Amino acid sequence: MKELPAEIDYWLRSKLPAAQVSSSSFRGQSRVCVDRPNIWESLRALRDDAGFDMLFELTAVDYLEYEGARDRFGIVYGLLSIDTGKRLIVKTFVNEPDLVLPTVTDLWKSADWMEREVYDMFGIVFTGHPNLKRLLLPTEFTSFPLRKDYPVKGRGERHNFPIITRAES
Amino acid sequence: MPLDLTEPADPSSTQREGLWTLNFGPQHPATHTTLRLILTLDGEQVVDVEPDIGFLHSGFEKLGEVLDFNQYVTIVDRMNYISPMANEIAWHHAVEEMLGIELTPRTKCIRTIFAELMRIHDHLLCLGTCVLDLGGATAFFYAFNEREKIYDICERASGQRFHTSYTRVGGLLYDVTDDWVRMVQEFLRTFPKAYADVQKLVMKNRIFIERTRDVGYLSKEAAINGGATGPVARASGVERDLRRDEPYLLYDDLDFDVICSTAGDCYARFHVRVLEIAESLKIITQAIARLPSGPVYAEGTGKEAMPDKREVYQSIEGLIHHFESIMPNRQPAGPKEELYSATESPNGELGYYLVSDGSYRAYRARTRPPSLIHFSLFPSMMRGYMLSDVVAVLGSLNIIAAELDR
Repeated sequence: MKELPAEIDYWLRSKLPAAQVSSSSFRGQSRVCVDRPNIWESLRALRDDAGFDMLFELTAVDYLEYEGARDRFGIVYGLLSIDTGKRLIVKTFVNEPDLVLPTVTDLWKSADWMEREVYDMFGIVFTGHPNLKRLLLPTEFTSFPLRKDYPVKGRGERHNFPIITRAES
Repeated sequence: MPLDLTEPADPSSTQREGLWTLNFGPQHPATHTTLRLILTLDGEQVVDVEPDIGFLHSGFEKLGEVLDFNQYVTIVDRMNYISPMANEIAWHHAVEEMLGIELTPRTKCIRTIFAELMRIHDHLLCLGTCVLDLGGATAFFYAFNEREKIYDICERASGQRFHTSYTRVGGLLYDVTDDWVRMVQEFLRTFPKAYADVQKLVMKNRIFIERTRDVGYLSKEAAINGGATGPVARASGVERDLRRDEPYLLYDDLDFDVICSTAGDCYARFHVRVLEIAESLKIITQAIARLPSGPVYAEGTGKEAMPDKREVYQSIEGLIHHFESIMPNRQPAGPKEELYSATESPNGELGYYLVSDGSYRAYRARTRPPSLIHFSLFPSMMRGYMLSDVVAVLGSLNIIAAELDR
């Protein structure tokens, strides 16, 4: 069993001196923020050297209307160590127009569909993903609905479907 | 023309000649809801599967950003509608953790009983319908007969059989009555007989065993790397149950076992589910025996929890309190934080990543649905097996498409 380092941010800085790491915690849940260029290396180090063998969650948050936010999109990776039962939330941020992140499907297979969902809903591209296409929405859909600038009522996609009458069919 | 008997170079290749494509769903009895599989077959052997999902996508997560914490419970109900109360408990567990509300002992106990009733509910459906898909109708009726009784218990508590919307921030819609307690006790008395019938009909049925044993194998490493949780992971030897490992509600004080198997096939997944029903019964028996009296709404935590209905109708403070927790411009503020919180739903880890911007609604309410993760493992579990095994593996994962697509 690999020992989980107590001070995860110091441990990550010692592993990756170039990375900008900050940590916080809320209601006993520890979180680290890593800058985007080092996210894949950090996650690999956490998987291989700190024993986080499961990626239980991968999602994104659009901070467009969030008071005091500096970045547009936050990507959230939820890691779990099965042996110790410890969870860690790893976050990174991406901004327009450069909405690109390296894929983690090569580290955890569970990232496959979750990355596709994030691409589907937020338009964030994961480079190196084996099959990056829309998961839930139709392929001809053009918007990214979970972005905050997309209205709840939609943009008429549903109402503008071509309707075929019985006579035409 | 002479026959060419040379083996193809790579039997796992999807490009070689002689393969055919079969469309499975979206309307197929074994998908139960709406999902589609594009199967690439070599004769009857499955070479590759491409799932096509999203037919039931209804923008639930977007709605979660518009509705407040109490209103959104009606939407989470409709995710995994096989065990609606489990979703409600998971959602309000996340909200209460965010707002820092400690539940009253009575609410904790009632929610624990309902969570376990839902586990029985869900596992009975999984078992009953899968056996039906595999050709045996009898167990289905035994299972659904018992599910009706659980619906009756839900109806007595909340007024709704199906989409109960029973939990509230820091409490429950109504307190339960003595009548409800008697109904649960009656269920505990009569259920073991039906349970034994179902167990004998299914788990010792030779046809069922032959259809499910050594089918759809998932190794422990693949389960961990693929993010599997719940009965699917436990059937592959992953010893993890949030009820034991991250106890919430009453689970810390109750005595129950975590059921695991190392076989990793379909039969093991059903076996884990069947044995979990017995553990749930144990939990309900302990919880109903110690059901404490007292209020259901948490008190002394500011205005986050709604007041009791009697208080609303009989005192001016209660009425003001109720008004303030309903009106959007009066609602109490939460912390400006984000948090992941999960509970052990019947299907696996049901989590919410909740981002709060300090208002009484979620800024982002992400659901981590166990069905989505399990279904993404489906192609790797299916390769090399036969076409007839598709239904068995699909049934053993218990994919609920409304939760899958949200």
